[in-house]
Amino acid sequence: MSLQFIVDGLLTGSMIGLGAIGVTLTYSILRFSNFAHGDFMAWGTYATLAVVSAIGAMVGKVAPIGPLSFGWPLIVALVIGMAFTALLALLLDKVLFARLRSQGQAIIVVMASFGASMALRSLLEFTFTSRPTYFSRAIQIAMPVGFGIRITPDQITLLLLTAVLVLGVHLLMTRTQTGRSMQALSQNAALARIVGIDVASVVRVTWIIGGALACVAGVMIGILVQIRPFMGFDMLLPMFAAAILGGIGSIPGAVLGGLIIGLAEAGAVQLIGAEWRAAVSFIILMAVLFVRPIGLFGVRER
Amino acid sequence: MSEIVLDVRNLEAGYEPGVPIVRGASITVGKGEIVVVLGPNGAGKSSFIKAIAGLVPITGGTVFLDGNDITAAPAHTMVRLGLAFVPQTENIFPLMSVEDNLKVACGILERPEIPARIEEMYAAFPDLIRQRRTAAGNLSGGQRQMLAVARALIVHPKVLVLDEPSAGLSPKFVSMVFEMLAGIRKSGVTILLVEQNAKAALAIGDRAYVLVEGKDRHEGVASELWNDPVVAELYLGQRPLKAEKTSQTGKGGAA
Repeated sequence: MSLQFIVDGLLTGSMIGLGAIGVTLTYSILRFSNFAHGDFMAWGTYATLAVVSAIGAMVGKVAPIGPLSFGWPLIVALVIGMAFTALLALLLDKVLFARLRSQGQAIIVVMASFGASMALRSLLEFTFTSRPTYFSRAIQIAMPVGFGIRITPDQITLLLLTAVLVLGVHLLMTRTQTGRSMQALSQNAALARIVGIDVASVVRVTWIIGGALACVAGVMIGILVQIRPFMGFDMLLPMFAAAILGGIGSIPGAVLGGLIIGLAEAGAVQLIGAEWRAAVSFIILMAVLFVRPIGLFGVRER
Repeated sequence: MSEIVLDVRNLEAGYEPGVPIVRGASITVGKGEIVVVLGPNGAGKSSFIKAIAGLVPITGGTVFLDGNDITAAPAHTMVRLGLAFVPQTENIFPLMSVEDNLKVACGILERPEIPARIEEMYAAFPDLIRQRRTAAGNLSGGQRQMLAVARALIVHPKVLVLDEPSAGLSPKFVSMVFEMLAGIRKSGVTILLVEQNAKAALAIGDRAYVLVEGKDRHEGVASELWNDPVVAELYLGQRPLKAEKTSQTGKGGAA
């Protein structure tokens, strides 16, 4: 058996994990499953693509950075795309989720997110068609790194980017007042208000982090696979499986869950065939719910 | 009485419109005092104190803190205004460490001030320092109550408001909690507390009010109230309430 699945699994796992951070934060802080999260990924990716094209139209062709497949325009576009996706999440919360949340029934908010998901996806199909597109059509040569494993420079860069982002979010959650406020709100919303935490502003930060990371995950898929309106929606099951596997509310858990599912998917493709890929996250999800419903890093509710 | 810190006038409050639980209760708390609110079960004591803290919708009356009208202030602004509230249950963040429980409450303090303030709380509550890295959910009942009080005190409140701090504690911890409150008052903090445990609360209190059916019916010096026959009547509800301060008869049914 080739060990190549490790690289593939880690990459898929990074995309799943970055997405799962948003899912787990929304679930633990706003208390609902946001099914539109995958579509934030797709919108972020298309926004990034649009900015890349716009930069291309303004300054002409830009040479890629070193051995990578992309140049500085993609990096600039990614930052703008992250801001755009964060704004999209804030906007959706303002016009839809916040109003329903104030009525107090979580299931209605979940259903609304389903509707929002469909609407967002259809808008993308309408605007950009459902034909796949790419950031770059250049072919990268994968470098052998031993043990029969090959990896491209893009892949290395994106794995490093994931590590940096995850570490950053983890430090934000555990070392800053904002992060402690988010933890506090997820554990006891009434007490959070009593100790002086402005719930509305913590909710905004949650959407900003979730949206921005969804954009990065989407752009990773765009660079390594392809860009389609369904690219985010198709990630929904693995993202939820990762969030639940890691334990709802846990940032390291979501990422570890993502990596486990990514590796399991890649391993399954190699061992039993590609048609089983999608089944893997479903099986893991079911297994976790039966064996340890609180997940790896989860803590039982009071 | 000295300068008034908290002045609650004719407070009406309840979770649902048209169904008031607090029905025109008035109290004052002077600077440096411990004021106790007593009352039978279901008298609306807890709702009264939660309404002051901004957690139960207020439908009438006013709350002044240090001369400022805080009646309509949202709950999360109360610490900034100078009112720190300690709920009866679930008053700590169970998954966060003891230290993070203290830190998360420091939002209104200046950043450089925070470490020193946390050390001051550890000095005042030495039990907590040994557990600073422990998840607060693993503390004993008495230690939880200490943490909740330390968390409230850390922001230098003008008034500390507690909802039944002795509820659910074993007798050993109950006396510990009341000793702690007496000690806090000595350090100059004004305290308003609602208590079921009347004897222990009156022992440390300066003045007390008896709340019945959402209204203050009696007021007096804490040390004298324990033997006050009117209180026994109101508290135990054995006889019709002849000692009402203002006539409320005919209005509202039994709470």
